[in-house]
Amino acid sequence: MEELDGEPTVTLIPGVNSKKNQMCFDWGPGEMLVCETSFNKKEKSEMVPSCPFIYIIRKDVDVYSQILRKLFNESHGIFLGLQRIDEELTGKSRKSQLVRVSKNYRSVIRACMEEMHQVAIAAKDPANGRQFSSQVSILSAMELIWNLCEILFIEVAPAGPLLLHLLDWVRLHVCEVDSLSADVLGSENPSKHDSFWNLVTILVLQGRLDEARQMLSKEADASPASAGICRIMGDLMRTMPILSPGNTQTLTELELKWQHWHEECERYLQDSTFATSPHLESLLKIMLGDEAALLEQKELLSNWYHFLVTRLLYSNPTVKPIDLHYYAQSSLDLFLGGESSPEPLDNILLAAFEFDIHQVIKECSIALSNWWFVAHLTDLLDHCKLLQSHNLYFGSNMREFLLLEYASGLFAHPSLWQLGVDYFDYCPELGRVSLELHIERIPLNTEQKALKVLRVCEQRQMTEQVRSICKILAMKAVRNNRLGSALSWSIRAKDAAFATLVSDRFLRDYCERGCFSDLDLIDNLGPAMMLSDRLTFLGKYREFHRMYGEKRFADAASLLLSLMTSRIAPRSFWMTLLTDALPLLEQKQVIFSAEQTYELMRCLEDLTSRRPVHGESDTEQLQDDDIETTKVEMLRLSLARNLARAIIREGSLEGS
Amino acid sequence: MEEIYAKFVSQKISKTRWRPLPPGSLQTAETFATGSWDNEENYISLWSIGDFGNLDSDGGFEGDHQLLCDIRHHGDVMDLQFFDQERIVAASSTGCVTVFLHHPNNQTLSVNQQWTTAHYHTGPGSPSYSSAPCTGVVCNNPEIVTVGEDGRINLFRADHKEAVRTIDNADSSTLHAVTFLRTPEILTVNSIGQLKIWDFRQQGNEPSQILSLTGDRVPLHCVDRHPNQQHVVATGGQDGMLSIWDVRQGTMPVSLLKAHEAEMWEVHFHPSNPEHLFTCSEDGSLWHWDASTDVPEKSSLFHQGGRSSTFLSHSISNQANVHQSVISSWLSTDPAKDRIEITSLLPSRSLSVNSLDVLGPCLVCGTDAEAIYVTRHLFS
Repeated sequence: MEELDGEPTVTLIPGVNSKKNQMCFDWGPGEMLVCETSFNKKEKSEMVPSCPFIYIIRKDVDVYSQILRKLFNESHGIFLGLQRIDEELTGKSRKSQLVRVSKNYRSVIRACMEEMHQVAIAAKDPANGRQFSSQVSILSAMELIWNLCEILFIEVAPAGPLLLHLLDWVRLHVCEVDSLSADVLGSENPSKHDSFWNLVTILVLQGRLDEARQMLSKEADASPASAGICRIMGDLMRTMPILSPGNTQTLTELELKWQHWHEECERYLQDSTFATSPHLESLLKIMLGDEAALLEQKELLSNWYHFLVTRLLYSNPTVKPIDLHYYAQSSLDLFLGGESSPEPLDNILLAAFEFDIHQVIKECSIALSNWWFVAHLTDLLDHCKLLQSHNLYFGSNMREFLLLEYASGLFAHPSLWQLGVDYFDYCPELGRVSLELHIERIPLNTEQKALKVLRVCEQRQMTEQVRSICKILAMKAVRNNRLGSALSWSIRAKDAAFATLVSDRFLRDYCERGCFSDLDLIDNLGPAMMLSDRLTFLGKYREFHRMYGEKRFADAASLLLSLMTSRIAPRSFWMTLLTDALPLLEQKQVIFSAEQTYELMRCLEDLTSRRPVHGESDTEQLQDDDIETTKVEMLRLSLARNLARAIIREGSLEGS
Repeated sequence: MEEIYAKFVSQKISKTRWRPLPPGSLQTAETFATGSWDNEENYISLWSIGDFGNLDSDGGFEGDHQLLCDIRHHGDVMDLQFFDQERIVAASSTGCVTVFLHHPNNQTLSVNQQWTTAHYHTGPGSPSYSSAPCTGVVCNNPEIVTVGEDGRINLFRADHKEAVRTIDNADSSTLHAVTFLRTPEILTVNSIGQLKIWDFRQQGNEPSQILSLTGDRVPLHCVDRHPNQQHVVATGGQDGMLSIWDVRQGTMPVSLLKAHEAEMWEVHFHPSNPEHLFTCSEDGSLWHWDASTDVPEKSSLFHQGGRSSTFLSHSISNQANVHQSVISSWLSTDPAKDRIEITSLLPSRSLSVNSLDVLGPCLVCGTDAEAIYVTRHLFS
């Protein structure tokens, strides 16, 4: 076992006094049931009235957020797209596909964040607003981490372009500058605006030198005294060599040019060219990558990773990915200056800069309140073939472990289970068994929902689950007196035993009422009739009635007889069948041949000889026996008469 | 279909319906209703796709639909129909049928009328009953017909407290959908592959006609009647097959068209352009079927992107049809002559498309992936 990574958090349950009474609990997939027991901590003391409630403790509360539901649903589509990316694709086309997927995920996070932000602003209740605001900051942190992982692990930018990506990353996440810029430029005299120099500094810190130059030209226009030095600064900004995506120059060329430019800046500092303007001088120091000058702008940098990127921009623009972690660690230390300790987000970013993917995922799992982020990020990184070597000492690999956690959370939610199904599908080792366990526990309140669950099972050949769901529905239908429905469900489940049970109910109803219900179903059984003997009998017996109704007596008679001789008819039903034969025996023309009559007689004797002898007998029993004896005697009489007629007829027919 | 807008709405959508336009109106559709299912709280919602002009403060896309108002609905919304311009009839999984009234002045919905136990099961031998889901509803002002899992058919009239007519045990299996055929006649489909025609003029609990798929008793989930030729009916089944029926003759479908890979949840003829038909399915696809055969040169041009149909037609009533002066293109079964053009309207398929509705050039559909898709340029 590994040691714990952090103190487990304590959740207090309101109303439960855990100091006095013991508590008991039971695990569920995403939830836990907790209640107070009547056991006291100290033995043998009087019973204290305990809390009468059972509490449901959910570990993944984010699943219940209305806005995050959009994140789950939209990212589900992206997830499926990612799984379908052709494994054959290699090299550039595969990488660009993966980067596109990563960007799609991020844009979904952003959309969610924006909506959450709107809601937070519109919230009337301040506590509510705070809750939404904290969600916004969590989402924003997610996007920040994801974006960095995208640059470092998926894009795998080499020295040179790496810094450009990092600059974009910082610009995207430190975006107050745009509103500040609009504010300053919107004022009557921009260069006299309180925040003018702040704005210029931020632009320089973010490497937006073109915009900074334009601002400086405004200052130059406004105060002719400083126009000269502003122009010199503007030229320095313009001539700073940068790597542009379309440019074909090599890194060495760039480094050479940059060195040149750097020395030029150095010269201006030594000449004290900007001594008259402290603002410009500090800008120059920033552009020289002076750490002290940069740290003076802590307020404007707002965080250490901004400091890191600016520092790299002006001191080592062609930084190699391997060296990043050194700069990252020292930037973090310098920026915090021992005043405060790093927060979880800092540790995660630091781990990313160290290219320690597992540490990133681990820290995220601990810090974030839901599995969405780690599950999707890990899956994506796995598709980049970055996680193969890592196997857990339990279950399967990390990707699958996290996906299973996430999908189980979805199944715990009353309506997100459909999303979970697809995630289980892409867990090769334990996905199927998890799905089997979860799918049976979905409450089925309508047939429509049951059909959807059945479709999920049938597509995956989960015959056991199909059978059990159909059985549940068939049972429900029987309880609701819907025999037709019940029979349909047991036919669908190919459940012979249950079909027999329902058929018996039909036959019993027939015996009681003398007519069949649900003819539309029984008349249209078709090949499904073969499912169970009893069902076959039901179908055939109904066919007999139809033939009789259509006055096809000869066909009806031979069908009736074959039902008994083939032993399809249950013995308990033979008496009814023989009674049904009575009107046929009493018809004017002879229907049963001599041979058939013998068979009928054999059936009757078979039935009466094996009749159990009742030990005790009450009046009702006697009365029943009386009726039975009369019936048998009537049958014997009819059979004998029919036999006589049949022999005469057959004899005379043969004779003529 | 480049202009199809998606919006995620945080609830699984079971039904989408356009609000009918006032007669003679030249406007295009701009308001639709949706119902949700399988949520802890379900809602009936009204949405508008009208242009909001400057009101659209958060930079929403043009064509994006906005929520007008919503109201809690007890149980899953199993079916939804506009009764008239202001009233919506909703069928619930609790067996309740509710008429909601829309107040356009203050954009609210309220309950106008309710039949709480329209559908119910009676337990064996006991008078106690439990509710049964109401699965389908159809309106023809002032009449409302509902069907349910209890195999019961109810005929309600707006402003009448009690059912005008109830057929108990009309079906031994679950009734899935209902539509009006001719005025006093309705048509139901059930879970053992049968179509039944009921005439409310006849007393008794027997259908006036039964049509059925042969053999496998594949459940039928949806039904729609041709808007002009009342004898032509389309149904969709559990195996995703589209069946076209001529109720005047034969007891079997005129043609069976292989369509989706899973349950077909809804089928709709285009109300004013019935050569076009739309279907959606559990497999997450939404298809546009074009049977207009009068454009000879389109076959080569329009084939790209779409897929040509696979025809599995039964030529039962083939001979009879030749004598008709007006032959619906859906009934003629000459596979060589008819090319039905099928276009898939949704970009990527994932979870079930539960419902769709078409009106003029507009189409709306709702999915289990909690998205509503709208397009306003069907025939562009």
